[in-house]
Amino acid sequence: MAVAVALLLALPAVLNSYLLTISILTLFYAFLGQAWNIVGGYTGQLSAGHAAFVGIGGYTAATLSNEYGLSPWLGMFVGAALAGALGAIIGYLGFRFGLRGFYFVLLTVAFAEVCRILVSNIDALGGALGLYITFTGNPRQFQFQDQRVYYYIALGLMLLATGVVALIERRRFGIYLTAIREDEGACEALGVNTFRYKMLAMVVSSFLTGLGGTFYAFYLFSLQPGTVFGIPLSVEIIIRPIIGGTGTLLGPILGSFILTPLAELSRQYFGQSGLHGAHLIVYGALLVAVVLFLPQGAYPYLRRLFKRA
Amino acid sequence: MTTPLLTVQDLSKSFGGLQAVKDLSFTVGEGEIVALIGPNGAGKTTAFALVSGFLTPDAGRVVFRNRDLRGLKPHQVNALGLARTFQIMRPFPRLTVVRNVMIATLGRHPDPAEAERRARAVLAELGLEARADLPAGGLTLAERKRLELARALGTEPSLLLLDEVMSGLNEAETERIVELVRAINRRGVAILLIEHVMRAVMSLAQRIVVLNYGERIAEGRPGAVAADPKVIEAYLGDEEVAGAPARGG
Repeated sequence: MAVAVALLLALPAVLNSYLLTISILTLFYAFLGQAWNIVGGYTGQLSAGHAAFVGIGGYTAATLSNEYGLSPWLGMFVGAALAGALGAIIGYLGFRFGLRGFYFVLLTVAFAEVCRILVSNIDALGGALGLYITFTGNPRQFQFQDQRVYYYIALGLMLLATGVVALIERRRFGIYLTAIREDEGACEALGVNTFRYKMLAMVVSSFLTGLGGTFYAFYLFSLQPGTVFGIPLSVEIIIRPIIGGTGTLLGPILGSFILTPLAELSRQYFGQSGLHGAHLIVYGALLVAVVLFLPQGAYPYLRRLFKRA
Repeated sequence: MTTPLLTVQDLSKSFGGLQAVKDLSFTVGEGEIVALIGPNGAGKTTAFALVSGFLTPDAGRVVFRNRDLRGLKPHQVNALGLARTFQIMRPFPRLTVVRNVMIATLGRHPDPAEAERRARAVLAELGLEARADLPAGGLTLAERKRLELARALGTEPSLLLLDEVMSGLNEAETERIVELVRAINRRGVAILLIEHVMRAVMSLAQRIVVLNYGERIAEGRPGAVAADPKVIEAYLGDEEVAGAPARGG
C-alpha cells in the first residue's frame, strides 16, 4: 500500500502533459467511484444520479467564488454540505417509502434531471450556457498554472475517500452496510436500524461527491448543466466501481485505472479517425465482458489470483 | 403466573378479503416454552410478523415486558429483547457465517472485536464454529437452520420466536435442534415456536396455542390439547400427530 502511494506521489515527475491529464482524470474518477461505492457498493443502494452531487458542489463553489469572492477552498465545503443535504432528501424519500431496486434508481435519476433542468433555467447560474471561471492562476482561488498541482489534489481526494471507506469498513457502520446490501428485512429482525444506516451512507457519499464538484469546476474552468448534472456523468461515476468491484476498498480505484486511460485513448484514437463516440462501444464491450466473466468485478478476481499464487 | 413476558390481546389482521388473524389472544410467561400450531394457512406466521413488528395489526395490541409495541419498527422490537427467526431462512449469503452472527451481536456490543468474540461463542454453542469463516451461502439446510437460530440468539433476547426451525430436517438433526432449544430455554430465554414437527412440539412445549383460520380454537397443556376434539377435527387428525407421544398432562 505504502509503495503504491509513493509511486503515485512520484509519478508526475516522469509524465508528459497528455499522460498527466489522463492521470488526473483517472484519480478523479477513482475518487468519485469511491464516494459512490459507500452507498452504491457497500450498501447496495444503486444511485444513478450521483452527477447531481458533483453539479451542486461545483455550481456552489463557482457561484460563491464568482459572485462573492469566497475562496473555493471554503466554497468546496459549502457545496459538499449542500450536496449532502440533497443526498439526505433523496435518501429520506427513497428509504422512508421503501423504494428498492429499479425504483430507487429512477428516483435518483429523476432528482439529477430535475437539478439539470432547474439550473438550465436559472439565469443567475448561467442558464443552459453554464458558468465560466476566469483563469487567474491564483492558488487561493483553486487555480494553478502547474497541472501537477491538480494531480496532487485529485490524488488527495482519492486517498481521502479511500481512507473514509477503510475507516467505515472496520467499524460497526460498515459491517451493517454489507448486511443491508444482502437482506434488509433480516437486518431489521436482528436489531439493525436500516433506515438510519442507509441515510448515513447516502449523506457521507453525497458529501464526498460534492467535494469533487469544486475540483471539476476549477480544473475545467467551466460548468454546463448538461454535463455536470447529466446522466452520462452519473454513468461514468458508477461504471468504474462496477468494473473494479463494488463494495470493495480497491475496486473503484482499480476500475478507474483500467477504464479511464482506455476511455481517453480510445476517445482520441476513434476521434482522430472521425468515429466520434465510438469509445462508448469500448465501454459497452468491457462492461459486457466484466458482467459475463468477472461478475464481482476485477478486484476480487485479482485478489483470488494472488492468494493462489 | 405474574405479569406475562408477552401478552397478545385481540390481535386482528386481514389482507384484502382474507382474515389472516382474528381476535387472537395468548400469553408467554418468563422462561416459558409455548408452541403455536395449526394447519397450513392458519395465520401462525402472520401472528409472528405482527408480534415482531414486521406487520402492523388492524386491531388489538402486543405488550412485551410491559411495553406496548404499537408503532415500533422490527429493529426496535428486537432491541427490547424479542428476536425472531424466519421460516424461509434469510442468511446474508455473501457474508461469512461469523459476520452473519456479528450483525446480531453488534447491536449490544458496538465494538467489532467484542461482537466477533460473542458471535464465535454463540457459533460454538450451536456447533457451527468449524463453519465460522465460510460464506453463509454454502451451508447445508441443517446448518442454515442453526445459523438462523444463532443469529437470533446473538441479539441476546429474553423471548425467542422460532418459525419452523425444524422443518425439512431429518430426525437426528431435529433432535439436535430440540436439545439446543432446551439448552437456550434453560438459560432463562422464553420461547414461542411455530412448528409442524409434532414430536418436537409435544416434547418441548409447556403450553400449546392452536390456531385455525386465524382464530384460537384451543389452548393448554400438550396432552389436553392433543385430546381436544376441536383440535383433532381441525388439525390433529393426521397420523403423524396422533402417533406422537403426548407428554405433559
